[in-house]
Amino acid sequence: MSDILLEVKDLKQHFPIRTGFFKKTPLKAVDGVSFTIGKGETLGLVGESGCGKTTVGRSILRLYEPTAGQVFFDGEEVTGHNIQAMRKKMQMVFQDPYSSLDPRMTVEDIIGEPLDVHNLYSNKKERREKILELMNYVGLNSEHATRYAHEFSGGQRQRIGIARALAVDPQFIVCDEPVSALDVSIQAQVINMFEELQEKLGVAYLFIAHDLLVVHHISKRIAVMYLGKIVELADADELNENPLHPYTQSLLSAVPIPDPDIARSRQRIVLEGDVPSPLHMPSGCPFRTRCQYATEQCALECPTLTDRGNGHLSACFNR
Amino acid sequence: MNTNENKMPKKSLLSAQIDLSKFEKATDEEKAQQDVMSESTTFFRDGMKRLFRNPLAVMSIALLGVILVLIIVAPMIIPYGYEEIIKVDGKRDRGAQNLAPFEYSELEQQYMEKTGEKLFPHILGTDELCRDYFVRVIYGTRVSLTIGLFASIIVLIIGLIYGSISGYLGGKADLVMMRIVDIIYSLPDMLIIILLSVVLNERLVFKPGTLLANLGTNMISIFIVFGLLYWVSMARLIRGQILSIKENEYVLAARSIGAKPARIIRKHIIPNCLSVIIISVALQIPSAIFTESYLSFVGLGVKAPMPSLGSLANAARDGIMSYPHKLIFPAIMICVIVLSLNLLGDGLRDAFDPKLKR
Repeated sequence: MSDILLEVKDLKQHFPIRTGFFKKTPLKAVDGVSFTIGKGETLGLVGESGCGKTTVGRSILRLYEPTAGQVFFDGEEVTGHNIQAMRKKMQMVFQDPYSSLDPRMTVEDIIGEPLDVHNLYSNKKERREKILELMNYVGLNSEHATRYAHEFSGGQRQRIGIARALAVDPQFIVCDEPVSALDVSIQAQVINMFEELQEKLGVAYLFIAHDLLVVHHISKRIAVMYLGKIVELADADELNENPLHPYTQSLLSAVPIPDPDIARSRQRIVLEGDVPSPLHMPSGCPFRTRCQYATEQCALECPTLTDRGNGHLSACFNR
Repeated sequence: MNTNENKMPKKSLLSAQIDLSKFEKATDEEKAQQDVMSESTTFFRDGMKRLFRNPLAVMSIALLGVILVLIIVAPMIIPYGYEEIIKVDGKRDRGAQNLAPFEYSELEQQYMEKTGEKLFPHILGTDELCRDYFVRVIYGTRVSLTIGLFASIIVLIIGLIYGSISGYLGGKADLVMMRIVDIIYSLPDMLIIILLSVVLNERLVFKPGTLLANLGTNMISIFIVFGLLYWVSMARLIRGQILSIKENEYVLAARSIGAKPARIIRKHIIPNCLSVIIISVALQIPSAIFTESYLSFVGLGVKAPMPSLGSLANAARDGIMSYPHKLIFPAIMICVIVLSLNLLGDGLRDAFDPKLKR
């Protein structure tokens, strides 16, 4: 398949945490994650807080030095040496539009920064034209160029963040929970904008979120993460209708349905207990401590992602 | 219009039902009115505009401006030198000792009566060595301000570079660099200053006539002392600021764009701790002036005929009962400079903090 844009192979990201005076325990934020993203495709990545979604996104962009594993972009391995060139093709949109924009910079400078870093213009006039074009693209008024980020609303700030990511004309954007800090009406605007941009520019997204409905709306395929591992990966509709992994099932059963009759009649799968600390991972399958189907085998071995037909991957022995 | 009315639910007279006709969609024109547009300004111009809206800051700028003009212009106008005994008709006037403000000595009065020429008044009188005191205070202010300014710049440059490297690198480099700072911090600074001044005074010999010789050995040794010792608190302050700022998401965002560390420090981190830097520099100048006064007091400050505000105040202690004005004038000068700089520092911090923008 030549239309694979990004391939992540067995990515591991461990952070050493000082647990004693001399002792350091690795915190396995991401523990062996593999997936691919095609050109112009959107892969949704869901999971609860602290399961390593954001870390996956940042490790791909080498904002963290991965402990192990490889990332291939367009067939070329992303390493510390060529990351500068890669950052022209891969960009990121951050979660919190309030803290991800420098309060000392005007919108013009924020959007123009990638242009400055990669020397993408020959004179001041060209720079300004490019910036205004980008602002136009994301629906910002060109009169806003000389204002500071804190003068804008959350939705507008996120548009600034998106315009900055688009400045270098990337093929791939990691969207790190780009809408979770926004209120619902603005969420819809921003998500629709993401979709429009994809149609126009053909960019691929890794769309990280914890809202299953949002992810289902925008993604072609969805990966579900739990404690640093992908437990299920399938087409968006397939995953929604036929979840295989018990964790995905419980997640889907918690999605609110705007119809009280259906909501009352369906069966909620309520997980018991808390997420185990990633410092002290359970043996075998990380989900076994909260899984209703757990058997002895689950404590001994860790299930791998296997194909259950139609590209539906799941990591569970019993389901 | 008619169809539109039909769509609306029927409303009884007493019901609290909302009249939907009042909720028409805003036209583009009306929407545009809601956006209040301010004209475009640069970060610097914007800050300056806000600075000049602060009455205290404007007042201190005016005061500092007056002092600056005074110390530049006054020596050109006044015919007396800071190290010269007053001369009348080419002869030294031994009687012009400890004159009160605007008083003339006997010799001067005789001269004025004889020739009808008006001599320039001694605005603040004279000192015990028959030198015009006003000129000495002016030169003292010059010296003190110069020391304060240059010492602060030295401290700022060293502290900024050291602190930002330490803070940005973090980890082991930060650990080692901060322990060095701790060691320097734990040295008794007054002792080091005295020892250094003594040693440097003997070692530093400049060719007469050069710029360095004009500055005087003591002045240079004060700069060296500041460069060696006083940057540590600045470095600590900046390191602390950078440690907290570099955790911000916008720094990560800059990294994800591909910005290099030098650019991130220059464009993102330094501007964001600028307010702290400005205020600490503004406070560093008076502290340098104080240190210089202290050194002058123990005889290690600027060399003898050259006055500084500290040494003037110190010399005035001897005759404090008879000539209190000699202590008061340099003391007032120190107060005005220190107060103005503090208020200006405050004003600058407020003006350049976009979060405080009204």
